[in-house]
Amino acid sequence: MDAVRTVKYEEELDAGFASEVAALPGGARLWDCIQCGTCSATCPVSLYMDRTPRQIIGLIRAGFRDEVLRSRSIWICTSCYACTVECPAQVPITDFMFALKRLALQDERYHRSLIPWVERTFVKMVHANGRLTESRMGMKIALRTGPRHWMSLAAMAWRLFRRGRLRPFHTERMRDPESLRAVLRALKAPPREGVA
Amino acid sequence: MSGEYLYYPGCSLKGAGAPYERSLLAVFERLGLRLVEIEDWNCCGATAYLSVNAETAVALAVRNLAIAERTAGRDVVAPCSGCFLSLTKAKRALEESPDLRARVTSALGQASLAYRGTARIRHPLEVLMTDLGPAELRKRIVRPLKNLRLAPYYGCAILRPYEEVDDAHTPTVLEELVRSTGATPIDYPYKSRCCGGMLTTGVPGIGLRLTEILLDAALEAKADALVTTCPLCQYNLEVFQGRLKKPRLPILYFTQVLGLALGLDETAVGLDQMLWRLPLAPGVTA
Repeated sequence: MDAVRTVKYEEELDAGFASEVAALPGGARLWDCIQCGTCSATCPVSLYMDRTPRQIIGLIRAGFRDEVLRSRSIWICTSCYACTVECPAQVPITDFMFALKRLALQDERYHRSLIPWVERTFVKMVHANGRLTESRMGMKIALRTGPRHWMSLAAMAWRLFRRGRLRPFHTERMRDPESLRAVLRALKAPPREGVA
Repeated sequence: MSGEYLYYPGCSLKGAGAPYERSLLAVFERLGLRLVEIEDWNCCGATAYLSVNAETAVALAVRNLAIAERTAGRDVVAPCSGCFLSLTKAKRALEESPDLRARVTSALGQASLAYRGTARIRHPLEVLMTDLGPAELRKRIVRPLKNLRLAPYYGCAILRPYEEVDDAHTPTVLEELVRSTGATPIDYPYKSRCCGGMLTTGVPGIGLRLTEILLDAALEAKADALVTTCPLCQYNLEVFQGRLKKPRLPILYFTQVLGLALGLDETAVGLDQMLWRLPLAPGVTA
């Protein structure tokens, strides 16, 4: 039997991770956490998480970059802000979860599951049309997740269709999606001379 | 009070949230308040953009505010709680970071849009209860919804994290609205607990459990219907009842309940578009 070490040596941690997270907007609050666990107790989904919100904060501070970014927890967070409101140290935990999702996607080291894919697909659709077409998003998700729930999804879609709440051939789009894309392009471009 | 507002529908009210839009417009019209749709608005960014790129998320939301500000002195009414929070959060982000504000206003400027940060973002529940007020509402009620027991459900975004609409721990504004229609607001423990959000689709094993907890609480408190303020909450609580094998509980928008009490008929408030219909109490006919 191979001996498996389950604890990391200090040199295997990412010493810069905490300061990287702390440098994000609002991130300085990272150091205010008192590890009381009120967030985990308040969170309606912490019982399904591989690391509770308190552990996530602790792991960031200790430099466990890989464990944090690959954690399923950050994608289970529904951003209901219950933890943020209850935190006695005013740590905006929900905003940390968002920041971690962005870092995980940037690093391409994230928990492979449906939600990261949904977020990216959502963004693509809005980039194309300026708005989201719920029915089309639902369709894409159904195709992605496979036939297991197709029967119940079809029944649901039929009910909504009959009541005029699902228009199968309608695309919700701006009159001029290009006017939105122009803003987003300008944001990504390096600032021009003389522009603040 | 000007009586005129700029209306930011958001994508859901043009989709499965259609009865919310229908009842909202009908109620505002009946009360003599005008809603003017913001010209060529775009998606608020929802939580998806915040998960991918924070700066884009803010710019996306703020573009709508910049268009709204072309009409000076009018508040923006955002009925979807998700949109309401995205817009509010973006506005606050620019207030907190001059650097981000400079970058976003410059990008908007290149698309000939100016953002000054003057537009107020409001949820219609708060608009009705503040600008009109419960006393004024009561005067307009022509069909009191007597004997109807309604479970008020706030969801998250209009209370947390900013307490924009009411106190995060003991909100009362929705109860007040229900009371002003003549119905009885029932007390139950999970008025602002998470409805499951996107998890009902993303991880149904978790999401549907959250939905189930709320339905069970409302059913146990013997509610005739549950009243929501958000299209995602409404959707989760209504359409998954079949899959959860629950006794039918109508899930209504607060604007539908108010509309009925104001004398609007069932179709005018989109009750015909709901999956599970409201059994109207004796003495109340729509």
